[in-house]
Amino acid sequence: MWSLVRFELNQDRRELGVASHWTLLEALRYGLGMTGSKQGCDKGDCGACTVLLDGEPTLSCITPALEAEGRRVTSVEGLATAEGPHPLQAAFGECGAAQCGFCTPGILMSAAALLDRNLDPTRDEIKEALSGNLCRCTGYTKILDAVELAARRLREAEQAEDERATA
Amino acid sequence: MRPEELRPRQASTAASDHTLDELIEREFALIGSRMLKGDGMAKATGRAVFTDDLALPGMLHAKIVRSPHPHARILSIDTAGAEAMEGVKAVVTGADMPEKYCIIPWTRDEEALCVDKVRFVGDAVAAVAAVDEDTANRAVAAIRVLYEPLPAYFDPRDALEPDPEDEPIHAPKKEGHNGNITKTLKLEFGAVDEEMEASDVVVEGDYYFEGSTHAPIEPHCAVGWVDLEGKLTVWSSTQVPHYLHRELARVLDLDVARIRVVQPVVGGAFGGKSEPFDLEFCVAKLAQKTGRPVKILYTREEVFYSHRGRHPMRMKCRLGADRKGRIRAVDHDILLDGGAYASFGLVTTYYAGQLLTAPYAFGSYRFDSTRVYTNKPPCGPKRGHGSVQPRFAFEVQLDRLARELELDPIELRRRNFMGTGRTINELRVQSNGFMECLDAVEKASGWKDKFGRLPRGRGIGVAGSCYISGTNYPIYPNDMPQSAVQMAIERSGRVTVWSGASEIGQGSDSVVAYIAAEELGVPLDYVRVISADTDHVPVDLGAYSSRETFMVGNAAIHAARQLREKVTGAVAEMWEVAAGRVGLAGGWAFDLKDTARKMPISEAFNIAEAKHGTLGATGWYDTPKDVHGEYRGGTIGASPAYSFTAHVAEVEVDEETGVVDVKNIWIAHDCGRALNPVLVEGQMEGSAYMGFAEALMEEQVFKSHMEGKAGLHNGPSLLDYRIPTSLDTPELESLIIESIDPEGPYGAKEAGEGPLHPSIPAIANAIHDAVGIRMDSLPFSPPRVWRALQAASGRIVEDDGSPATSMPRGRGDSPTSARPLPYRTPAGL
Repeated sequence: MWSLVRFELNQDRRELGVASHWTLLEALRYGLGMTGSKQGCDKGDCGACTVLLDGEPTLSCITPALEAEGRRVTSVEGLATAEGPHPLQAAFGECGAAQCGFCTPGILMSAAALLDRNLDPTRDEIKEALSGNLCRCTGYTKILDAVELAARRLREAEQAEDERATA
Repeated sequence: MRPEELRPRQASTAASDHTLDELIEREFALIGSRMLKGDGMAKATGRAVFTDDLALPGMLHAKIVRSPHPHARILSIDTAGAEAMEGVKAVVTGADMPEKYCIIPWTRDEEALCVDKVRFVGDAVAAVAAVDEDTANRAVAAIRVLYEPLPAYFDPRDALEPDPEDEPIHAPKKEGHNGNITKTLKLEFGAVDEEMEASDVVVEGDYYFEGSTHAPIEPHCAVGWVDLEGKLTVWSSTQVPHYLHRELARVLDLDVARIRVVQPVVGGAFGGKSEPFDLEFCVAKLAQKTGRPVKILYTREEVFYSHRGRHPMRMKCRLGADRKGRIRAVDHDILLDGGAYASFGLVTTYYAGQLLTAPYAFGSYRFDSTRVYTNKPPCGPKRGHGSVQPRFAFEVQLDRLARELELDPIELRRRNFMGTGRTINELRVQSNGFMECLDAVEKASGWKDKFGRLPRGRGIGVAGSCYISGTNYPIYPNDMPQSAVQMAIERSGRVTVWSGASEIGQGSDSVVAYIAAEELGVPLDYVRVISADTDHVPVDLGAYSSRETFMVGNAAIHAARQLREKVTGAVAEMWEVAAGRVGLAGGWAFDLKDTARKMPISEAFNIAEAKHGTLGATGWYDTPKDVHGEYRGGTIGASPAYSFTAHVAEVEVDEETGVVDVKNIWIAHDCGRALNPVLVEGQMEGSAYMGFAEALMEEQVFKSHMEGKAGLHNGPSLLDYRIPTSLDTPELESLIIESIDPEGPYGAKEAGEGPLHPSIPAIANAIHDAVGIRMDSLPFSPPRVWRALQAASGRIVEDDGSPATSMPRGRGDSPTSARPLPYRTPAGL
């Protein structure tokens, strides 16, 4: 059984035919060639496939593709803009938070969702937000450092913006 | 366009005069500073291409049929049903490629697909390629394999003394030998029995190290393709492209020059991808048969079956010392549970003894090490290959000794420090920063205020270790270099390095880039690194045994210095100064005595190219071949340099539940020189994390016959096999110690494996400090800790074989439990 599914992917309107048992991850990777999101376990255990569905971190490997109908999907490919990388991406580079890099796309999406709702998270709040994403290389230390660094920069940017507005 | 026309742009991005003066003051322009990892942004944006990200036109998907039996004879394989299915393009079985292989050429005991027998649940029997994964899965289900089940061995002690009526797992190498034994060896240095007898104190212990697996987040994946000229290309998530290249040629009987192996970005390996696997042979064979590209991506379950992880080890240990705590005798008896095939096991059997002999001086040493086959997934090299298990046992032994002698455990370790020179088994140690490691963790952890002084339930423990930076001898005997690069410089200022080394996330591509930029004075982003593609790069033996930084680093220095000499010589000639006066750094060639005289690096390259022609160099590194013990096995464990580590762990033990909460691990690691401290810290933290995980959480265990499905993996998923999340992992603090090794690149040694070792004994020793119990079996799971607490308080609780963790399990491996009987498949299965 094949159906047409339409959703917004990284601000582009996309539509594609999917088998009814396809997951959102399969639709992204095999249907659209968006291979940034990774398959580590195919059953929702590792978090490497995490994307944002209407802004919420979602395991795309256990989400039916048809669930995305009419919704907003953000994958790791949608984090950077023409102006440059997302502050999280820059911070991951600087802190050495990506070793093998396989979990990185999913972790970035969970972290981006956290910073969207909380620009000043404690280290424990970051650990909590990333607890569904397994990393096997880093011991998480540099990942936590990178999220803290990105949050600080985002706060500083926001503050500078506020100061400009008031000035 | 003349070179000068490019000058303003390059000069604007090169170092300022002020910065250049600073660079000259420093020993290195780049080495030792906190630099970006070359692939960081590609990985943070989803652009990095891993093997499963490849999609070739017309690509087929293949799946592997796996054995449901732990030990059985294959009577027949009926593939007709599968072959008749719409969309199925080819089926292969063991008969298509019966040549045996093994990463170690002396123990070839494995087939790409089983020919006569299966030896563990999950052993590969057939593979089928189809137009898509769904069709391939249906076809797998349609293949009929008839098995004759055989008695299976799960406990190595049973395999060691089999019923003579029962068929061994492998055919005996010689008449009368036990086919269940991979290797047995005994080495003795000095007079152990006499020294033990003469010791003032002897401590003894029986230790058990449970198996664990690598669990890289990327499952193994391979793509094979044969072009119309007959050349085979295999893309694989391997950490040893060169060995894979050779084994593909041997098993498939192809000309090695007509095979190309490409290693795309690898999503974690840790030793779990360091030998050829069924999937690589299968994609190659299926590609040959179909003329189309073929991909196999392991399911997570298959990753657990492919395994090659940590060997479970039983270790009987005796340690004799004098009154001052100096080690007089060490005697270890080790039984390794190897699983179904040899893998690296020959080496593991040696490493279990050979790598224990530093950083402490031993008065005498003996180890008796035996690896046996069992009907479980094969064990192999996991990070800290072979030496993590005995290191756990030995560092707990030292803690026991310190208690006996009422010595501070750090002080005891200092008293036994070997320094540099030869170990008792003749390993050559040229740099040793272990004392500085001890000092660093003692200070950072607040040891003196904490050890023996924390409230009950809270404790602190220390442990040390040593590890190799590569091995002096390659896996197959040859006299060629172990690692090599080619390097070219070009008129734009760009440097290209073709590096044989396997980047698996540890940063080997970055290391060669740092070295090229350091030696040739270019900005880091002028360096391009092409690596791990057998069509394009010279041979390097791969990312295992912590060899890459040491070996490819030296190779890169060798190549870069040849080019540097040509560039500085040509510029000096033009300036009419001695060649030694020309410096290259920060994007400039400059006069060291008058830095106002300078030119952008590209102009210097132009001048050199005008003088010498097109500029390229090869560089290589080969290990010392005359540095090892003069005894059988003396070459195994010989390394050009050894790293040293000390950890302190602080824990809290909940005596009601047996839950151990590791609060902090302080990690001091002597890596020789930290070429990029960011990467070194990353390796230290990742290693300490992985050791912590083995100490508290992980166990690769199997169902027993009592539960039915004997030999089936207990939980082949990342939910059931529990690896730590961000919430579980303790705070990790890295303390880099630099001892500057005379043979390392700028003095560097390994950092990727050594810092795993002490995590486990440091935690065990901390538990003892907290609540006074000795945890001699891994993992220190709540039921096991709780039982030990009950036993210590006089309330003996029999191990009823109930789960050591929350997972159901039937192995009785605690000292109090009875051994399960050898498993026999019930008739009629």
